[in-house]
Parts: sequence; C-alpha cells; structure tokens
Amino acid sequence: MRDAARAALRAFGRAAPAAVAVGLLLAFNAAYTPGFFDLTTVEGRLAGSMVDVLNRGAVVVLLALGMALVIATGGVDLSVGAVMAIAGATAATLAARHGVNAWSAIAAAVAVGAAAGAFNGALVAGAGVQPIVATLVLMVAGRGAAQLLTGGQIVTFNDPVLNFLDAGFVAGAPMPVLIAAAALACSLLLSRGTALGLFIEAAGDNERAARLAGVRVRAVKASAYVLCGLAAAIAGLLAASDIRAADANNAGLYLELDAILAAVLGGTSLRGGRFSLAGAALGALFIQGLTTTLYLHDVSPNATLIVKAAAVLAVCLAASERVRAWIKIRSRP
Amino acid sequence: MTPRGPDSRPLRRLRALRVPALLSAQHAPLAATVGVLIALFAACAIAFPGFLSPGVARNLLVGNAVLGLVCVGMTFVIISGGIDLSVGAAIGFASILVASLVQQGWHPLPAFGVALAIGTAGGAATGALIHRFALPPFLVTLAGMFCYRGCALMVSERSITIRHPFHRTLSEWASGPVPPAVVLFVVVALAGWIVARWTRFGRDAHALGGGEESARLMGVRVGRVKVSVYAISGLCAALAGVAATLTTGAGNATAGHLYELDAIAAVVIGGTPLAGGAGSILGTVAGVLIFGLIQEAMPHAGVTNSWWFRIAVGGLLLAFVLLQRGLEGGRGR
Repeated sequence: MRDAARAALRAFGRAAPAAVAVGLLLAFNAAYTPGFFDLTTVEGRLAGSMVDVLNRGAVVVLLALGMALVIATGGVDLSVGAVMAIAGATAATLAARHGVNAWSAIAAAVAVGAAAGAFNGALVAGAGVQPIVATLVLMVAGRGAAQLLTGGQIVTFNDPVLNFLDAGFVAGAPMPVLIAAAALACSLLLSRGTALGLFIEAAGDNERAARLAGVRVRAVKASAYVLCGLAAAIAGLLAASDIRAADANNAGLYLELDAILAAVLGGTSLRGGRFSLAGAALGALFIQGLTTTLYLHDVSPNATLIVKAAAVLAVCLAASERVRAWIKIRSRP
Repeated sequence: MTPRGPDSRPLRRLRALRVPALLSAQHAPLAATVGVLIALFAACAIAFPGFLSPGVARNLLVGNAVLGLVCVGMTFVIISGGIDLSVGAAIGFASILVASLVQQGWHPLPAFGVALAIGTAGGAATGALIHRFALPPFLVTLAGMFCYRGCALMVSERSITIRHPFHRTLSEWASGPVPPAVVLFVVVALAGWIVARWTRFGRDAHALGGGEESARLMGVRVGRVKVSVYAISGLCAALAGVAATLTTGAGNATAGHLYELDAIAAVVIGGTPLAGGAGSILGTVAGVLIFGLIQEAMPHAGVTNSWWFRIAVGGLLLAFVLLQRGLEGGRGR
C-alpha cells in the first residue's frame, strides 16, 4: 500500500511538464488575451473562455485517461476514434430508430465500448499481437461497423437525456466537464487507490519480471484496454450528444492521435512502465487551450495544425533523454 | 525480433508440420499473401462473369497506383522498424503544391521537381530528428502529418484545376493504354524491390529493423540508413501526390486522407510485420492488389455500401496478423 502511495506521488511529479506547459499558456493568455479569465454566469450557468476550454477538452481528456493506462502497459490503442464512432452510432440508432429508452441506449453504447476494448485486449494480451497492429484492425474496421449500424446515414436524435450529456448543466457546471472530472477521479481511485496502477506499470516496464513477481500480466493488460474502450465509448456519447447525431464517418476522427499526444505530454512514457492520469488530463487541456487561444487570436485553423506540430516536436525533444544529456554536457563548466 | 535465419524456430515448427522446405518461415507470410491474392482473384473470376476483362484489371491498377506508391516507401520504413504517419498528408501537400505552382505559371516538370525535393527533404529531416534525438517515430511523423496538412490547407483550401497543355497531355494518357501513374507505380515498385532485396542498403535496413544495437555492432551506419528510409518514404509520398494530380487533373489539399492507415494495412497484409526486420516489396504489391481486388469485387457482388469494404479489410488484417503470430509461435511472450 505504501508502494502504491509512493507510485502515486511519483505520478504527480510526472505531470510537471504538462503543468508547466499549461501554466505558460495561461500566462500568455493573461498577458495577451483580454477577457480570457472572465467568468460570467448566464442564466445560472458558468460561461467564459476557460469554461469553453474545459468543456471542449472533455472528450480528449476522457480518451487521454484511457490511453495513458494502455500506453503504460507498453501498448497503444489506435482504435479509440473508431470506438467513439461505434458507441455514438449504437446509442443513436437504438434511441432514434428503435425507440429504446435513453438510459438503455447509453448502457448499450458503454457495453459496446467495453467489448471493443476486450477485443483489443484479447488480441494483445491473449494472442500476443503487437498493440499497434492489433488496434489497427479495429481502427480500420470500426468505422465500417459504425456505418453498418447507421446504414451509412447520419442518425439524428432529439432525446432529453442524450442531449443533456453535452448541453446539460448541473449546479452551473457543464456536463462534459463534470463527466470528465468524474472519470479522472474514478480512474485515479481505481489505479492509485488500488494496486492496479502499480501492476500496470510493472507489466509495461518489464513484463517478464512482473510475471515472475506474480503479477497476472495478461489480465492487467487486458483490463487497461477495456478501461480505454469504456472511456472511448463515453467520449463517443459526448461527441454524438454535441451534434445531436451519430456521424460514423467523422466522429472522433484523428482523436486517437490527440489522445496519445495528450498522454505523452502528461508524462506517460511511450516505452511503457509509467503513467500519470492527472498529467494526461492536463495534456489534453493544453491541446484544447492552445487551439482555443489561437482561435481567439484569429489564427487560421490551418496554421493551428502547424503550431500543434511544433508543440509535438518540442514536447518530444524536451522528453528525449539524449537532448537532456546533450544539454548537461553543454552546461558543464 | 531478429532477422530470421535458417535455424529459427518457426522454420523448425513448419518442418515439424512437414511443410515442404521450399516454404521457409521467411517466405511463408509472402506465400500466404500471394496465395490469398490468387485465390481471391480466381474466386472473383469464377463468381462474376466479366470480371476477367482488361477494364477491371485497368481499374485495379489505376485506382491503386497512388496507394501503391506510398506503400513502397512505407515498406522500407516498416522493415527498418519505424512507422510513417505523415504520408497521407504529404500526398495532399505535394498535390496542392504542384497545382498552385502551375497556376502561377510554372511548367509542370519543375513543379513536380520542387514537390519531390520537398517530400524527400521533409522525410530526411524526419529521419534525422528520429535518429539524432532518439525520438519515437510515431510522434515525430505525427507532427509531420499535422505540418504537411496545415501547410497544404494554407496553400489553398479549395481544389485547384491544373490547366497546362503538358499536364493535360499526361492526364489524357491516364485514360489511354499506358496510364502514367501506373507506370510510375510499376517502376518504383521494381526499383524498391531491387534496392530492398539486392543492395547493401536494403540489407542494412533489414538489420536495423532486427535490432538497432546489433545492427550498429555489425557495422551498419544506423543514422544514414534511418535518414534514408524516411527520405525514401517522403519521396514516394510526393510521387504519389504527383500521380494523384495526373489521375484527377487537379490538386487537392485533402488528397491522401487516411492513406497512412490504408498503407500500413496494405503493408501488413503484404506480409511485412510491423515489428520490423522482415518483409518484402513484392508482398506489399500483392497486399495493395488484394486491397484493390476487394474494392473492385464489391460492386460485382452487389455490395454498393462502402462500409463493407472497411470491415473486409479489417477482417483480412486480423487474419493476417493472427497468421503471422502463429508462424512466430510463442516467441516474445
């Protein structure tokens, strides 16, 4: 238990670079974006640029949480975008076409997400397939499956419960923010409150050693993929609720890359063996914050892509041990 | 994974199964791919009257020349143990750049030259970053993808029709007996096959994919090889972009959307494992043809819904991955 607590502390330390990045972004906004920190309440609901960042960032936060766990096992999940599309399609078709009540539709979508995660987990942990290839299968086929569900159309719905997921407010706070915060709290509890996080890191760091130490590596790995699928399904529900429709072609498109980026920004090593959930969430918020900031400064969305590329490279370089070693040699007297 | 020598375990397994020695483990994935290709083609020829027509064969080649070009470069990268996510966006950039330069009064040939030079230089820069700072290829090429797509959209968000007599002549050949894109694909694939199979550079790339440290100890100049494979991939992507302008007669910044995925899938179906160290260009060509054959056969089978195509490709990918895994046996678990 003390080991788990120590691991949790170390994980907070890993989030430091992402926290610094977010801090720099906030400092920039404090200096150059008038009104960025203004919070207003419109009809008892919080509004403002900060709320906007949190609200729009919620989807990638959810994905990044699951992705951090998977990456920590030494894997990666390329299928989260496709799983989002499947989950959205499941809920929308059930609710709009088959008259299923919204709660059952949501439950079905979440179950489908977990099943997709279990499929990935079975391929990686059971069959021993390389994670990139194993999850590529679902990434390629998943959107096809989602289109199969929707019949190739964009299924629109208008259901109070499904609409509430994205547009609703509880105590003035927008639902996506609350859902993402709840997911962060749950995943922190699950991974750091129990030994699961330690097992995941052990499995990703040195699989053989972990197995010899009695960790059930396969079960641990598979559970990480299931959690990732769950998170992707919830993100898919949010995305569908946002546009009140399931768009199998475009829901979650390229978001797997944002999620990986957010997790790595947040101190989760692509080599596996260590992760930080708080860092992953901060990383996701940094990406969204950057996008919103550039938008507020009237930078075209196309140039935003290039700034994002520069940010990816900067983060990679900052995390590279070779660069650190090089700087150390340079700064030696 | 090490390059498979004559005494590797899969071979012994196959021998134990009394498979003819001709089918060594090294050639088994390639044999499986070619076998599937032949079986699929035979099945289509028998099931659909009129499938064995020159028109269908033409469609097969013309429709997949652009993807095939990208796949040749991708095979080099994957053999060397890397991955290149930037190729799809690089196609879009090359395509719109050529169109934009011609619009400004350039002759198409120097415009092609500029596009190819930028593609090659971009690839080389990617490889240099990956090697010099030991960065993960996944993230660096992801940055490349954002960068290319952003740049392409900044050149022009709208597609630009290319109006130049020389380009028009080339485009008209696209519907003639020798479509230039197909010629390009065949030449590049042949050259790639020779380089990968028969030159020192090809062997070095295999060795690098087998294990960087052992390759270095063997005297492989790792940096040079790494920079070269990404430069080749960049060149192939730029060639694909040029070929796309010839096929469509226009430049489009969103050309090559999702091609990085299709390319990786086709390469893996072609028997090149993502782990690196093995694979062949011939297999990749077969993989691309399988890809095209499924696409071509769908309308004949009365399936007009595009989603079945993605599901079929995903299923095929799964089958091949499991097959490769089976050939590898229990290694690396």
